[in-house]
Amino acid sequence: MSSAEGWRRRLPLLPALIFTLIVTQIPFLFTLWYSLQNWNLLRPQGNKFVGLSNYVDIFSDSTFRGAALNSVIFTVGCVLFAMLLGIVFALLLDRSFPGRGIVRTLLITPFLIMPVASSLLWSISILNPSYGLLNWLIGLVGIPPVDWTSQHPIVSILMALVWQWTPFMMLLVLSGLQAQSKDVLEAAQVDGAGWWRTFVSVTLPQLRRYIELGVLLGAIYVVNTFDQIYLMTAGGPGTASANLPFYIYQRAFLGFDVGQAAAMGVVVVIATMVVATLALRLIFRSFDVKD
Amino acid sequence: MLTTVTWVLALIFFSPVLWMVLTSFKQESAAASSPPVFFFAPTLDQYRAVLSGGAGSYFANSAIATGVSTILVIALAVPASYAVSIRPVKKTSDVLFFFISTRMLPVVAVIMPIYVIAGQLKVLDNVWTLVVLYTSMNLPIAVWMMRSFFLEVPGEVLEAAQMDGAGLMKTLWRVLMPMVAPGLAATALICVIFAWNEFFFALILTAGKSATVPVFLVSQMTSEGLFLAQLSAASVLASLPVVLAGWVAQKQLVRGLSMGAVK
Repeated sequence: MSSAEGWRRRLPLLPALIFTLIVTQIPFLFTLWYSLQNWNLLRPQGNKFVGLSNYVDIFSDSTFRGAALNSVIFTVGCVLFAMLLGIVFALLLDRSFPGRGIVRTLLITPFLIMPVASSLLWSISILNPSYGLLNWLIGLVGIPPVDWTSQHPIVSILMALVWQWTPFMMLLVLSGLQAQSKDVLEAAQVDGAGWWRTFVSVTLPQLRRYIELGVLLGAIYVVNTFDQIYLMTAGGPGTASANLPFYIYQRAFLGFDVGQAAAMGVVVVIATMVVATLALRLIFRSFDVKD
Repeated sequence: MLTTVTWVLALIFFSPVLWMVLTSFKQESAAASSPPVFFFAPTLDQYRAVLSGGAGSYFANSAIATGVSTILVIALAVPASYAVSIRPVKKTSDVLFFFISTRMLPVVAVIMPIYVIAGQLKVLDNVWTLVVLYTSMNLPIAVWMMRSFFLEVPGEVLEAAQMDGAGLMKTLWRVLMPMVAPGLAATALICVIFAWNEFFFALILTAGKSATVPVFLVSQMTSEGLFLAQLSAASVLASLPVVLAGWVAQKQLVRGLSMGAVK
């Protein structure tokens, strides 16, 4: 291939590549630079270069560690529960029965509801201590009312997150179920394998790719969760339910501590890159890149 | 039996949405009552209040940010994914890796500089700033999705087009586009969902003039106390475009959400 031909082939790629480089990479270079500054917008003397001291401060900041832990809890908890529920729903939907189309439509709707709307819906309509739907329900069986978002902020946010992400997992698993060949299932039945046995040794291995993909893509989005935390608990009480995106937002836009927030951003990026490199290997195996 | 279980589970899972819709047709006194009211005379008052309360400009901003960014994403992603799928060059997988890695870059890690740069360029509270950011947010996903659709086009089709002497633009426009049209629709739908629902950028970078629907919803909550029924009506209106689009295009959704990894 001549170099002119090579460029002709690359040309259609360039607008997208250049746009992405400018919009995503330049701000990140600035973030790196800010992270080396002592820069608080509330202090009039401006910014000065302080090297790595912002990074040192972060690691001695217990709130940062708490927020990091919450990020892990929200991501792992949401992806795990959403995937389990998603598998159950997908198995129930993978049969023909009256109203199947309607049921599927009902089940995917939470994913389509605007996250801001569903956060408000959960915190105000459902989890509200005085007129929330959930307290009325548990009241029917004699459990006294609970102030969900202030007593159990992490559980409350997880409920809203799992509700929102279950349809995503369900759709992926369902397409995996529908891709499996009916012959193999019949063969298993002829061999006398029961439902559970067939599920564990035939269906589950076949679903593996789809489950991996759901976990990876779900995690990419859930780790960035902001809406639910901002609207349901504002990271509270105190900082009990803040995750990293919310805590960085607080430091940057409420504390005006640009240097600290930037350093936290850089740490999050490095952590994400470590996890993502492992994850992408799996994705690439799933995607089977042809070169 | 299993069918009954499925229906019951689905209705329980859907009930928060149902509750939101029900609440939006109540008067405020019935909306915030304990125990909850299930039977009531429905009213459209809340919808009237939302629509007359200046929701129009927020919907217009959201429509511009979503519509224009989706068009830009498609315009950039189609040639790019064509280049990485049908006519790949060396390092193609590096390019693909780069695109998707930008999607893994946490937004909070770049929001400060974006805020500062936008301030210096005097484009804070400007809907076109959101257009640029939403384009960069959705572009990597679109490239991956479109690539998977292009990979399915049989090689003979392209050879035939080349034999007929069709150039790049003509091949892309006349031959390939009709074949990947369903994929293009799925890609656009995903871009619309993510742009319409986006809140973080909109919260930080917009104020009154260019604020979008999610910001409007939040303002409903904080500005004048809590009007539960009215907030529910606003939530229904805000979610409706994406919910309807998603209902219509359920089949394409899977393909889109998995970035084309599974069919």
